[in-house]
Amino acid sequence: MRREAPQRLADYGPLLFPAGMLIVFFVIPFATMIAVSFFQRDPAGFYSTAFVFDNYARFLSLFFGKVLGFSLFLAVTVAICCVVIAVPFTYLLSRARRRTQVLWLVALLSVLSLSEVIIGFAWSTLFSRTAGITNLLVAIGLMSEPVALNPSFGAVLTAMVYQALPYTVLVLYPALVRLDPTLTEAARTLGASPVKSFFTVVVPALRNTIVATLIMVFIFALGSYLLPQILGRPQHWTLSVLITDQAIYQSNMPFASAMAVFLVLVTLGLVALTLIAGRKGEAA
Amino acid sequence: MRDILNATVSRRGVLGAGMAGASLLAMPSILRAQEKSLKVGVYGGYFKDSFDKNIFPEFTKATGIAVESIAEPTGEAWLVQLEQAARAGQAPADVSMMSQVAMLKGQATELWAPLDMGKIKNGENLIERFVNKYPDGRVAGIGAVAWYITLVTNTAVYEQAPESWAAFWDPANADKLGLLALVSNSFLLEVTAKTFLGGTSVLDTEEGILKAFDKLAEVKPNVALWYRDEAQFEQALKSGEIPMGQYYHDVTGLAAADGHPVRSTFPKEGGIQDSGCWALSRASQKVDEAHVFIDYMSQPAIQAVLSRKVGTAPTVRRDLLDLTDAEFAAVSSDIEPIIPRYDMYQTKSDWLNQKWTELIVG
Repeated sequence: MRREAPQRLADYGPLLFPAGMLIVFFVIPFATMIAVSFFQRDPAGFYSTAFVFDNYARFLSLFFGKVLGFSLFLAVTVAICCVVIAVPFTYLLSRARRRTQVLWLVALLSVLSLSEVIIGFAWSTLFSRTAGITNLLVAIGLMSEPVALNPSFGAVLTAMVYQALPYTVLVLYPALVRLDPTLTEAARTLGASPVKSFFTVVVPALRNTIVATLIMVFIFALGSYLLPQILGRPQHWTLSVLITDQAIYQSNMPFASAMAVFLVLVTLGLVALTLIAGRKGEAA
Repeated sequence: MRDILNATVSRRGVLGAGMAGASLLAMPSILRAQEKSLKVGVYGGYFKDSFDKNIFPEFTKATGIAVESIAEPTGEAWLVQLEQAARAGQAPADVSMMSQVAMLKGQATELWAPLDMGKIKNGENLIERFVNKYPDGRVAGIGAVAWYITLVTNTAVYEQAPESWAAFWDPANADKLGLLALVSNSFLLEVTAKTFLGGTSVLDTEEGILKAFDKLAEVKPNVALWYRDEAQFEQALKSGEIPMGQYYHDVTGLAAADGHPVRSTFPKEGGIQDSGCWALSRASQKVDEAHVFIDYMSQPAIQAVLSRKVGTAPTVRRDLLDLTDAEFAAVSSDIEPIIPRYDMYQTKSDWLNQKWTELIVG
């Protein structure tokens, strides 16, 4: 299927609608946010139009550096966990019977219909001392008394992986279904075990898909602010939590905007680095 | 840069146009155009439901003014919306129930239309501190309702009720506390000052505030949950998952009445008394109706109804009320309350917020 490059101005017509939506719902709000991030904060009221760097200066401190560092670390960890779980799972799923595949995909899609709030509260109940899963372990004699598993880093990580996993599988699924089965068959014929052929044939063949998925989950996880609040201690709060505090509770829009702009810049930088590193690796 | 600034202006224009459009579309206000009406903002959820059920219909019956109640978010989000709408000449609500810090911040931008006390005869029933004034003496708002934040415990875990806020500092309570997550709604600096530093006047200076922060830092190992969402702590308190903390006196009383093993205690240092004001947006066209409404709400009889039905502490003097001792105790206490230092949150809000965030996150 060969696509022709647009010849006339009218050929760009179909682009108008998505471009318009992008401008109205992304470009304008984002530009507003950048503008507000340079505004002058008035602690007694709101903000006034100005061009100052105070908001960025306040952010450049060890304290916020640590929070930013933790947010990035959490997002990277969630991305890696999701991909590590989802790649083998989706590979097996794509080799399963059609009926099994449909059942799993419907189940995953239904997880997507749960809101972050429901996921957070459900996990906080599951991790609680009074009603949580440790009670089951006590019942079967593995533990002597129930304990609270949240607030903790593990609780935050579990819930975030749970939330992001369906997306990961759904992104990987098309690529894995399209993967040529003769590749693994050839590897098997030449004597590789199923595990070995998975790691030496399937994973390298999916390299670009996996990198793209990692980036997608990373960005998805970076925006999370409810789960760290519900399931974590304050040291597990992400930068998004502090941005919300500033925007909603302190009505400090300029500082919240500056933090958000900074977060976006760091994210874009990291994504660019990953892509550049990926390209270099390909060339080598 | 110029273009970007213009974009902001146009965004505000869009906001204003949107609100104008929305109010045009709000059919009831057109249908009732002949009658007198008033849009009143109250905290969404429990407060709004209670007011819709117990207060507003009676008010309409008594005065002929129809009330359209608007659910407003807590925190300062509503203040931001009111301010931005007022800049565009719109009032999403005429009268709103506002927190004390929001009152002060609104004063700074002259958001609140000054109230004429001559038209609010019942204003003299009010306890002095519930009349919110501009620095030059104009009245910015009138106390609507008050409520207490007290020391709450799960009765199954703590057989004896604690007597003092000092229980928060007891090493025996490690990982047992649920406290409010924001400096501006937990009022824990005031609690620390009253309990250990001889009173909230120590918070007059930054040194005093830092001293309170140092003392408060000792509480950190005892805290299992810093909550923004009330339901999260209430659930954990009822189940005993987090058996101690600070919470609303009236809501805890209701939960206890429903049979949950919880109790609310006024510590000997006093409960934290917070309150909301009725304030009128400067963009409102319904100045007369608003005065009638505020006057109506300041009657002792209405304040007693609020205490009985909504669970709020009265803003008028107790001797004017026909509340029984039990009814009064359900919503209030004669122990001198800890009054938050709202001025501090207005003048030093960013500094306090920064120190507070570093304290609990760091």
